[in-house]
Amino acid sequence: MLKITSLTKVFNPGTINEKTALDDVSLHLRKGDFVTVIGGNGAGKSTLLNCVAGVYRQEMGSIVLDGQKLDRLPEHKRAKYLGRVFQDPLMGTAADMEIQENLALAKRRGQRRGLKWNVTAKEKTEFYEKLSSLGLGLEDRMSVKVRLLSGGQRQALTLLMAILNTPKLLLLDEHTAALDPKTARKVLELSEHFISEMNLTCMMVTHNMRDAIHVGNRLIMMSQGRIILDVRGEEKKQLTVEQLVHLFSSRSGEEVINDRMLLG
Amino acid sequence: MEQILLGAISLGLLWSIMTLGVYISFRVLDVADMTVEGSITLGAAVCARMIVSGNDPYLALIIAFFAGTCAGLVTGLLHTKLRIPILLSGILTMIALYSINLRVMGMSNISMLRMTTAYSFVSDLFNVSKTIAVMILGGGMAILLVLFLYWFFGTEIGSAIRATGNNLYMVRAQGINTDSTIIIGLMLANGLVALAGGLIAQSQNYSDVQMGTGSIVIGLASLIIGEVLFGKRSFFSRLLSMLFGAITYRIIIALVLRMGMAADDLKLFTAITVALALSLPRFKDLKDVLKASMKGRKSNA
Repeated sequence: MLKITSLTKVFNPGTINEKTALDDVSLHLRKGDFVTVIGGNGAGKSTLLNCVAGVYRQEMGSIVLDGQKLDRLPEHKRAKYLGRVFQDPLMGTAADMEIQENLALAKRRGQRRGLKWNVTAKEKTEFYEKLSSLGLGLEDRMSVKVRLLSGGQRQALTLLMAILNTPKLLLLDEHTAALDPKTARKVLELSEHFISEMNLTCMMVTHNMRDAIHVGNRLIMMSQGRIILDVRGEEKKQLTVEQLVHLFSSRSGEEVINDRMLLG
Repeated sequence: MEQILLGAISLGLLWSIMTLGVYISFRVLDVADMTVEGSITLGAAVCARMIVSGNDPYLALIIAFFAGTCAGLVTGLLHTKLRIPILLSGILTMIALYSINLRVMGMSNISMLRMTTAYSFVSDLFNVSKTIAVMILGGGMAILLVLFLYWFFGTEIGSAIRATGNNLYMVRAQGINTDSTIIIGLMLANGLVALAGGLIAQSQNYSDVQMGTGSIVIGLASLIIGEVLFGKRSFFSRLLSMLFGAITYRIIIALVLRMGMAADDLKLFTAITVALALSLPRFKDLKDVLKASMKGRKSNA
């Protein structure tokens, strides 16, 4: 489904601040794969997701999604195939617009927009049902401005918007990191629910090792722009946080993992 | 006094169309678009030149609108394709328009005295004075434009433009080309401003290359007055409040002039008013801080 080959991304090339964020990264995801991505700060996790999404252009390598080469497509054209949820709950929604208006914008992802009314009566029923499935009571507040929602509610809404128009690939970039533990669990549960129900292919960046082990069918660990560990299936299920910590320090040569990765 | 008030209201209605344009760039798109100063004069210049050349005054208004959209297009392209900061893009277009406006008019000002304007027709049809004709045509167009904008910003494209002013990241993630939405928004905004320029020039039978100077501040003053006095509830009421804001601004100006303020001081007065209005939230913060510190002192005692 997703084929990343020899991806290299360098920030500020030729300057004193030159940083190789991705160093010859190759990754192949099958349809329905749900891979969790862990690693320390600056390991290249978010850069990888952002290169796939088209926020950054890579220096070398190629990204092919379901047979379609993404390399030359600008961000807004790639959006047709991608659902994205960001770390910052404010980033995924338009604050001054109503819940239903946000959903309507997401429903037309990848379609031509014209002078038709943005939220139709038929869509309102559809959005009502979809919002009910979140179990947050948002379905009764559809004409409320998103600004008035909590971080967790906004993140759940962003998730719903990301999967509304079934994406070929769902990109979750530390989407629970800014939430309190209880809300984070709820949003993660919702993510898992949608991913398994719709059989989505997904990449989820996380700082939380426990989540990385328990969620998804594959785990990759990154350090200094490279993938240093790739486990899947049964092997992944057997992993423990201790083993992961050990693997991290032995393979990356970095001793300390910050507390956030362990406790997160 | 009644004459002054009527004059203020009719002028306010014409300027309200300009305020709607300013609202689109400053509030909906959330960009400070300085093009406005040039495009209001562009509208006036186009109308004046066309009318003295014997063209239909309504056709002149339509051409003025499209000339304005072109000005917005230039600013939009400078900003999105060439990545020039929006403030500078607007200023560049504004400066360029100064020369273009002189070219359009062929001189620095044109008088349309005793020529057929858009108002002469209304004036003849209803057998009313020019002031009343300005009110009918200006008010009618302002209300039609409010209805049009309400519809437009409820459509798929309009919603995408509103979202662009809210959150560029989200809009791109939803597959919307933000370059396009910014350009469309700026074109519409400047089209309205130029249309207002044309209507204003026709109402005063006069077009001058300097008439746009300070217009952005007038537009902002009207916008803020509209928001503060007439609320920020629904999108429709916000649009409508731009009309009331522009009229209120003109009434205030008429009153301070009558109270003896020199006309030369008007722009200073407007600038101070806008600066005060924009800093209101800050004053409120200071008040809260003061209050909190007073409370703190009390509890310490």
